[in-house]
Amino acid sequence: MHGRVKIKSTAQQEEEKRKEREKKLKIYVAARDACFSKRKEGIWDDEALQLTQQLLSSNPDFATLWNYRREILMHLETVKDEDEVQKIYEAELSFLESCLKVNPKSYGSWHHRGWVSARLPRPDWARELSLCDRCLSLDDRNFHCWDYRRMVVKMSGVPVDQELGFTDRLIGSNFSNYSSWHYRSTLLPLLHPESPEPPSPCREPPHSSPPPSPQTHSHRLCIQQYLKVTLVQNAFFTDPNDQSAWFYYRWLLGRAEREEMISCVYVSRDEERVAVAFSRPVNAQSVGLLLVLDGQPQRVEWRSVHPRFKHSPVWICDLPPGTISDITNEHNLTVHWTEKHTHRDCALYTGRTESWCRDSATDQELFRSELSVEKTSVLQSELQSCNQLQELEPLNKWCLLTIILLMRALDPLGYEKETLAHFQTLKEVDSMRSAYYGDLCSKFMIENTILKMEYAEVRVFSISDKNLTTLCHLDQLLLVTHINLSSNQLQQLPPQFAMLQCLEVLEADNNSIENLEGVYHLPKLEEVLLKNNKISTLADLQPLASCPKLKRLDLRGNPVTQTANIESELAELLPSVTDLLL
Amino acid sequence: MAAEDLPSEFDVVILGTGLTESVAAAAFSRVGQRVLHVDRRSYYAGNWASFTFSGLLTWIQQHHEEPLPEEAQDWSSLLEEGEELIHLSHSDCASIRNLQVFCFTSEEDEEEEAPNTTEEETGGAAEDSECADSTEEETKETGEEEEEVREEEEVREEEQTTPSAALRQSEPTKKKISYAQLLKEGRRFNIDLVSKLMYSRGSLVDLLIKSNVSRYAEFKNVTRILTYRDRQVEQVPCSRADVFASRQLSVVEKRKLMRFLTSCVEETEEQRAYNGRPYLEFLRDRQLGDNLQHFLLHSIAMVTEDTPTEEGLASTRHFLRCLGRYGNTPFLFPVYGLGEIPQCFCRMCAVFGGIYCLRHSVDGVVVDRDSNRCKAVIDSRGQRITCSHFVVEEGYVAADRKRVATPTRFLSRAVLITDGSILPSDSDQQVSMVTVPPIAAGCPAVKMVELCSSTMTCMPGTYLVHLTCQSVGSAYEDLSPVVTRMFRTPESHDQETCPSVLWCLYFNMTDGSGLEAEGHNLPSNVYVCSGPDGDLGHELAIRQAESIFQKILPEEDFCPPAPNPEDIIYDGDNTSSSAGGEEEKEENDGVAEEEKQEEEKEMLEEEKEMLEEEKEMLEEEKEMLEEEKEVLEEQNLQTEE
Repeated sequence: MHGRVKIKSTAQQEEEKRKEREKKLKIYVAARDACFSKRKEGIWDDEALQLTQQLLSSNPDFATLWNYRREILMHLETVKDEDEVQKIYEAELSFLESCLKVNPKSYGSWHHRGWVSARLPRPDWARELSLCDRCLSLDDRNFHCWDYRRMVVKMSGVPVDQELGFTDRLIGSNFSNYSSWHYRSTLLPLLHPESPEPPSPCREPPHSSPPPSPQTHSHRLCIQQYLKVTLVQNAFFTDPNDQSAWFYYRWLLGRAEREEMISCVYVSRDEERVAVAFSRPVNAQSVGLLLVLDGQPQRVEWRSVHPRFKHSPVWICDLPPGTISDITNEHNLTVHWTEKHTHRDCALYTGRTESWCRDSATDQELFRSELSVEKTSVLQSELQSCNQLQELEPLNKWCLLTIILLMRALDPLGYEKETLAHFQTLKEVDSMRSAYYGDLCSKFMIENTILKMEYAEVRVFSISDKNLTTLCHLDQLLLVTHINLSSNQLQQLPPQFAMLQCLEVLEADNNSIENLEGVYHLPKLEEVLLKNNKISTLADLQPLASCPKLKRLDLRGNPVTQTANIESELAELLPSVTDLLL
Repeated sequence: MAAEDLPSEFDVVILGTGLTESVAAAAFSRVGQRVLHVDRRSYYAGNWASFTFSGLLTWIQQHHEEPLPEEAQDWSSLLEEGEELIHLSHSDCASIRNLQVFCFTSEEDEEEEAPNTTEEETGGAAEDSECADSTEEETKETGEEEEEVREEEEVREEEQTTPSAALRQSEPTKKKISYAQLLKEGRRFNIDLVSKLMYSRGSLVDLLIKSNVSRYAEFKNVTRILTYRDRQVEQVPCSRADVFASRQLSVVEKRKLMRFLTSCVEETEEQRAYNGRPYLEFLRDRQLGDNLQHFLLHSIAMVTEDTPTEEGLASTRHFLRCLGRYGNTPFLFPVYGLGEIPQCFCRMCAVFGGIYCLRHSVDGVVVDRDSNRCKAVIDSRGQRITCSHFVVEEGYVAADRKRVATPTRFLSRAVLITDGSILPSDSDQQVSMVTVPPIAAGCPAVKMVELCSSTMTCMPGTYLVHLTCQSVGSAYEDLSPVVTRMFRTPESHDQETCPSVLWCLYFNMTDGSGLEAEGHNLPSNVYVCSGPDGDLGHELAIRQAESIFQKILPEEDFCPPAPNPEDIIYDGDNTSSSAGGEEEKEENDGVAEEEKQEEEKEMLEEEKEMLEEEKEMLEEEKEMLEEEKEVLEEQNLQTEE
């Protein structure tokens, strides 16, 4: 019929497409082979440039060809004058732009662009920035472009506040964007370098410490300013289930890093032993630790509390026999951490069997490091707005978690009850992570108990019936003599437990402990109460054999008690035990 | 137009090139039906058309002129035994009335500019429109209006000689664009007779995509939703990004709004409990506060205070579903104006062999008395054209033959050319949808669309503002109070900050939704299409076109995807080279002259469209690919151990 439209059948279309593809492939393969052979022969001419361009524009992820291209360009640099080179590189940039249009996420193209930009005799950074902006406006999460942009910004020295404005814009168009939030978190410290003096006097360490070295500084910024802008609050009120803003918020509030230092030196006359605790895990064998006793440097061998640790916050060493054993002598001990130019003194007076020198957890406000030390009023108002959100969204996990963290930063003991209630809700609404919340809650409970112990100035750590699932902060318990962990949900006493160097009595009834790995070389341990746990084999008890003073052991209600000849086996394994309950 | 006769046999003859007729034409042609598509007017799209400024002036002029007396020609010689003729109407004026034009800018581009006063004139105009309101004979009405236009001109002349001193003081430093400039730059205007927006998940967009007709046009996002409240224009935060960025909402309001919008998406028992009760009540009980309630009722649901909850929720959902598909608002607007859309469908029809004639009408329908079916039509040149089906725009059908809602429903329309945006922002290229709730009890709610020059509908430096509402009185009575409040006109007071109206047009148009679907006194194979309705979207027209198509061809697919041009085989008289295709088009010379140029444009536009589609796909992919990096940065942010 005249004028009617006939349409090719799918078979015809397929056939045409196939032919088209074949033709393309042929051309492609021929060009590729030509390139390879040229490169082999070391020819760096314009034709090669043409060929690679042709290939790369259809496949920009061909790294070898980019390399070849760079070789050619570097060669051309040596033979042409600056204006020509500029021209060549500009042409290269516009070629790259066409590649990026085809594939905006090609590693090869972006890398090459970076390379070209850096070699361009007269770079036009403004143009590069606008290219990035265009690219990011099409896809605000193109990390290749983000990377390239960072390079451009660095090379061209764009002012930080301008960049901050740029992130504002991107976050404004879509705030579910880790790239933008993250970029902010790198810009803010640049805009507000650490203040020379910490804002609150109570933060001043009680001892005179040398000025913090660049690595140990703790950034403290005027977060109030950025909280007032409420950008991040807008984000999580708008969509409280979007995590990117919450993460950024945590970062914003939690900038304090702990100062690196020796937090405690303990010396025991009986064991002729010194224990040193650091503010973070270190490898004492390689950090230049120097022990000076009464003015004499000592050759000692530092070892961590458990052979499993190469890095540990607690290290011990034995003094040469007889150096401090005479109780009528007074000794002065200094531990130098030469690498950090810091040290700590400790005096062992006449008639004393042990001595220590330390900053307590309360002095250091250790457990506030999760969220920073900023003025209470700021945190208080943040807590208020989070509570407001929580009223609207009672089951939002991010909100609950942030409230918990804010409460901890403000007053860990005062808010203990609320914190526990929130943890309970969290476990219910986010049951997939209930174990995580359990562990986090345990951590906070331990922190609270440590604080209480510090306030009471005792060496007894008692935390029974608190649903503990894990143990942490054990380095803070270096001086504890009596620990009560009864009626919790512990499954093991981990290797870190060996940091309790002064421990005499261990109560851990009614848990689910299967493993005693951490009860290892505890020189003063006399009593171990493990009623109703899950210790099932004699091998599990093996670590106890390393504790020389162990006298009393309660194993009632453990599967191991059903073992044949248990008493004789135990007598052999633990000869020092005189009071055994099975 | 071809001088020779048209082919004498078609499957479907379609009269009128409005949206409904054009969509139907494309659908028929696409599945191989022989289509003749004619329009009495010299332009496409009928009441859906867009005009340049001078084109609009001509259109206004035409509606002022006395129509030629309807001489019913005697075609009885063309009839056979047992046939009778139904005459179709020639008149164009029934659907448009109460036309009023005001010019508030100076005639000439002068150095020392004279401010304008037209107060006298508007007083007169109001009277005029009252007279014109009663549906008298066309002749009288148009006569009066002509008078008015003359009067207006006089006033304008007057202005130049006696500028008002009081207004001169308040003259802004910015130089006003003169009427002469508007005329000079008139080609930059594309002024729509109807004001609608395309819901990004509405049936029109779906159809454009499904049929590949989208390749013939380009679209822009409506960039913001505004509302008029407490004598102020405010931005309505409706998308997630808007809510985030909004400065007027407190964080708690943000949460409440987001929560409401999220909860709306699914129907709940709680919502069902409100069925039959007003949406306003439902909103009130959600304790959202006045701000949010206003936004949700007027700007998002776009309903009135007494709309039932289920209806309010349904339109809220529709709004939300349309969000984010193409941008931050649910709406698209075609570049070069809405008049493009019917033309795109005509183009599609022509590509598949449909024959087009403008300035060519159908005088009468030949009906077989026994079967009461249309056998043929007689065109305006007296050619008898056999057809199996006849589709006609309602304007051609005499009033006694069609069934419409009584009293006749009208839309009130105003078109303003202004010198500034109603809510200035960083960018002067905003496309805004503005909802204006009734300014007083008994007043209609007004929908307003403000177009910037990048939509290619107005000259740079101006904005084109469309106002639409259901008529209560004349367009002037309904809309001028809103215009006076929101813009600076000679009648407004203390509105220095508002944009000035340079030129404006008021008119009423028949509301197409008044046409009944069934029950016309017409043969069973004659189908009537309604003109534009008052809804913001295009649902009615598309639904109507589809239902006509399905009545005629129940087995066929409605507008299946058009093949790519390279897959079309052109055979027949010419060689099957692709160049032959173009020639053959010329041969089918029923196609109007513009058609050829359009075909050329086609290729370019196709490319554009394809690129855009690819971009869309890429964007989707991107998100998936992102995760790696995201995880890394997440770790960096995380302060946990």
